[in-house]
Amino acid sequence: MKRDVVLAAVGGQGLLTISAVMAEAARLLGLHVRQSEVHGMAQRGGVVQGTVRFADRPIFSDLVRSGQADLILALEPMEALRYLPLLAPDGFLLTSSVPLRNLPDYPPIAEVLAAVREIPRHVVLDADAAARAVNAPRSANVVMLGAGAAVLGLAEDALAEALERAFQRKPGAADANLRAFRAGLTAAREALAREPEAS
Amino acid sequence: MPRQLMSGDEALAQGAIDAGLSGAYAYPGTPSTEITEYILHSAGTRDGLPIARWTANEKTALEAALGMSYAGRRAMASMKHVGLNVAADPFLNMAISGVQGGLLVNVADDPSMHSSQNEQDSRHYADFALVPCAEPSDAQEAYEIPRQAFALSERLRLPVLVRLTTRLAHGRSLVQLGTPLPPTDLGPSSDRERFVLLPSNARKSYARLVALQAELEAESEQHPLNRLDDRGDPSLGIIACGVAHSYLLEAADGETLHPTLKIGFYPPPRLAIARLAARCRTLLLLEEGYPFLESRVGGLLPRKDLEIRGRLTGHLPRTGELSADLVAAALGRRETASRPPSSVPRPRPPALCPGCPHADTCRALSAALSDYPAARVFSDIGCYTLGALPPFSALDTCIVMGASITMARGASDAGVHPAVAVLGDSTFAHSGMTGLLDCINDRANVTILLLDNETVAMTGGQPSAAMGRLSAICRGLGVLAENLHTIVPHPSQHERNVELLRCILRTPGPSVVIAERECLQTAKRRPGAGEAA
Repeated sequence: MKRDVVLAAVGGQGLLTISAVMAEAARLLGLHVRQSEVHGMAQRGGVVQGTVRFADRPIFSDLVRSGQADLILALEPMEALRYLPLLAPDGFLLTSSVPLRNLPDYPPIAEVLAAVREIPRHVVLDADAAARAVNAPRSANVVMLGAGAAVLGLAEDALAEALERAFQRKPGAADANLRAFRAGLTAAREALAREPEAS
Repeated sequence: MPRQLMSGDEALAQGAIDAGLSGAYAYPGTPSTEITEYILHSAGTRDGLPIARWTANEKTALEAALGMSYAGRRAMASMKHVGLNVAADPFLNMAISGVQGGLLVNVADDPSMHSSQNEQDSRHYADFALVPCAEPSDAQEAYEIPRQAFALSERLRLPVLVRLTTRLAHGRSLVQLGTPLPPTDLGPSSDRERFVLLPSNARKSYARLVALQAELEAESEQHPLNRLDDRGDPSLGIIACGVAHSYLLEAADGETLHPTLKIGFYPPPRLAIARLAARCRTLLLLEEGYPFLESRVGGLLPRKDLEIRGRLTGHLPRTGELSADLVAAALGRRETASRPPSSVPRPRPPALCPGCPHADTCRALSAALSDYPAARVFSDIGCYTLGALPPFSALDTCIVMGASITMARGASDAGVHPAVAVLGDSTFAHSGMTGLLDCINDRANVTILLLDNETVAMTGGQPSAAMGRLSAICRGLGVLAENLHTIVPHPSQHERNVELLRCILRTPGPSVVIAERECLQTAKRRPGAGEAA
């Protein structure tokens, strides 16, 4: 078993938090784990990208090779499209549908979502609405983490435990994030069941 | 103890703590910042040690570390690659004097320039200073390096440069921790002959340093970070340095396709390189950063029939980071099928946060300068450098920390008017103050804007060394009270700020305007403020 995940977002959306939680969950499951992220200038509303790789055998590098990602998990739909060369032929594209338009020439959202839907295996969720629905409006990133867990088949309990560890000093945030996580998990499972071509 | 998930920076920090570290000094800089952040979280947990401090700049950090070493304690200084340029003077000269307690100089290089203005390779600095260099290939090695490097440093009385690169510094993998050692104490040195670098002493010390090179080379031949694996097809031999070795393993699915020499300790192991080369017709050099070994290996192996491949021969790109994909291509491994890039995504350059005080300063400055088409704005390193990009396009230069004030002064001497310098509070404390002193002494005709957001914003909000004292520092350096002004960079103050700046631009001699408003990110992180997931 080996899973290569590419995470894509805009600086400030909470990508580093969910990468760390996913990697910690894999560690709790006793798997080999590698995780990478690029910081720095990227924090300021620019592009941020990370990778999480886990397997039942040693992994040598943090970076995902071209055409080998099992999942691209994006917190923003245009960012989801930036890394298509990394996606495996049968890989999943999972993205929030909510655009973050901090650039003057953001393409029409219909064009963006149409390009997402060209990927045979895709799941698109309104992460903001899902987060609001469970009274966790700041946790859209964790909604997408839950959705990613559904797509990857990564054990729910390990992810929930990793989430609790990450937020153990902030009990209020921990509860909201657990609700957001389960909302994302459920929404993605429903989407996968609805669209047979996307499962 | 279960294995922990750690970045290379964190593993190096924990490794140093577990190797008896007493003190860590640093100026923040991506990708090195997390080393010292990590030690700050563990500070004082071993009988009040280790001490961890942010300093005014990399030079003061390295000199403080040398002082702690002189006093007999294990110490280190951490910085990004360009920080070592600032600290180059103590670095090169502490190689001559030598050290007492073990001393590590941790330098994180940034190939591909994710957050930097160049991709200089710090192995050249170790070579230049004639000191050993250790380069981990993963977080586990980063954890293990301090223990043996401190011991080597104390045995040979030399500082050891630990070179990290961006992906290693920020990539996380599982680390097995060892048994911690308590902080050690060798007692202060009394060796004036070594530590007083008068020419008569320095000549002796330099001869000693040169004589040590044979011992360093012998160390390199048997060093655990340098390993020759003889297996595989010997038509090609591979030398893989640091993190490039992990890309090689990834590209080869963990197999040894060709005889491979993994290098993580320098000076390079000449004999091991010769043993590898003796079996091969072609050598492939895999190095993250400059073609440091590639440019030397021909001299180490004077064999005309040996073909050397690497970044200088086009088998790998001359610039930028390596990757498993690039290494696979250099090995002639078939690439996996992949989709073409999508044409939909537009570039999304980093930008100032909405409501950032720097944006208000840029707008006010541009408005005040609108009557002066010949004006030039010399800026510096920080978030505010983004003011060079649209929609502001307010800045003309950004070269190195502190060069704003000094370049403005030189340009003013050449007749540029107005010559404006724009720099942040932390950059000013780092290396702007001496430039201001030059301006005062020569009555240089420059206008200096100090953007005081009370933090080192770009690296995550460390305290600035001049916090709350900018005005007093300027007065102390000799700025006259009538030439020292304060503005609040906020939209509600725009007209007033533009008017004041116009007035100041007409005033001859050096003027300083302090634009004071707290960084929004720092304000958000303050206890009691709400925090996002």
